[in-house]
Amino acid sequence: MNKRWLELSVGLMMVAGLAALVALALQVSGGNMSRNAEHYAISALFENAAGLGPKAKVTMAGVTVGEVVAVGIDPHTLMAEVHMKINSQVNYISIDSSASILTAGLLGEKYIGLTVGAEDDVLVAGDVIEDTQSALVLEELISQFLLNVGDNK
Amino acid sequence: MINLIADLGAGLLTRLVQIGQALLMLLQAIFVQPKASSLPRLMQQLFVVGVQSLIIMLVSALFIGMVLGLQGYTLLSAYGSEQAVGQMVALTLVRELSPVVAALLFAGRAGSALTAEIGLMKATEQLASLEMFGIDPLHRIVAPRFWAGMISLPLLVAIFSLVGIYGGHLVAVDWLGVYSGSYWGNMQQAVDFNEDVLNGMVKALVFAFLISWIALYQGYSCVPTSQGISAATTRTVVYSSLAILGFDFILTALMFGGAV
Repeated sequence: MNKRWLELSVGLMMVAGLAALVALALQVSGGNMSRNAEHYAISALFENAAGLGPKAKVTMAGVTVGEVVAVGIDPHTLMAEVHMKINSQVNYISIDSSASILTAGLLGEKYIGLTVGAEDDVLVAGDVIEDTQSALVLEELISQFLLNVGDNK
Repeated sequence: MINLIADLGAGLLTRLVQIGQALLMLLQAIFVQPKASSLPRLMQQLFVVGVQSLIIMLVSALFIGMVLGLQGYTLLSAYGSEQAVGQMVALTLVRELSPVVAALLFAGRAGSALTAEIGLMKATEQLASLEMFGIDPLHRIVAPRFWAGMISLPLLVAIFSLVGIYGGHLVAVDWLGVYSGSYWGNMQQAVDFNEDVLNGMVKALVFAFLISWIALYQGYSCVPTSQGISAATTRTVVYSSLAILGFDFILTALMFGGAV
């Protein structure tokens, strides 16, 4: 076994391995890194947060701007309290914005959509969004629909 | 009855002693002052352990990727969402299959060879004669093999993932007609570099450590006869496989267990 050839093949393997890692970073994950970028925390109170969990997307105009951190019950109002973290670069969400729980597709994952209001003041860390629209619960819709059908007879 | 309990205790003690010996061997082999003269030996081992495992990795990765593409397509097209096949193939490979399958192949291909080689060196008293020359066999023989394993397996896992993903692309896109843009696009949306790719690499490192350690210890401590070497080689493959699968569960639980 030629020594030069041995070194060459080892070198080629190492280059191939590192190139594969770079390709995994660029081509496969699309440069998606969970950067621990700066975030600020806000929360919102919902009547019903069915199906929403940690890591759900928070979007604004269809663009992801943050994610849900935790979902719990607010002991005073007994409503669902959803804690979110929003990318610090998005620091222009006005204070009268509303949050609604939306569904990707009919049966898809739940996510939060923010609709921006008109005020000049913006949301800062710790603020609570109170203008909310709850999750669409399919069973409730169906039972309502069935009730209506029954009434119309 | 008392004998039985005594046997149990004796068995436990032997095991503990073995683990202690293995740990000592590992510590002595890892903490070696790196010298320029030991680089050629590392090269040699990288060739044996890494380059020569490349073919089996490439072929298995291609076939595993193709099977994932095919199975994913059949399963997902029942729900009309065959575009998600790229994401399924990539996440399955990067998170689980690449590290585990590559490590199992590595244990069978390289680990068993390491054990047999060192076992034969022991049986033919090559290790003893090295010691006679005042050369520590742990530094000379064990250390380069250990580091070669630690370096090559992660690289092989990265290659494995990439080849597998292209194998899935071959079946899903080129043969079954999934749109190439959605194959890559869905994948890029779903795969996170730190969380998925790097965690897979961490798994690869842990498995490389386990395999090299078990293989070298089994070779170094085997009974220096032909039966002893054969038994040690078998133990290397069995213990490595069990360790890989067990630790894979623990690591997965830690990484993706969804600690809320």
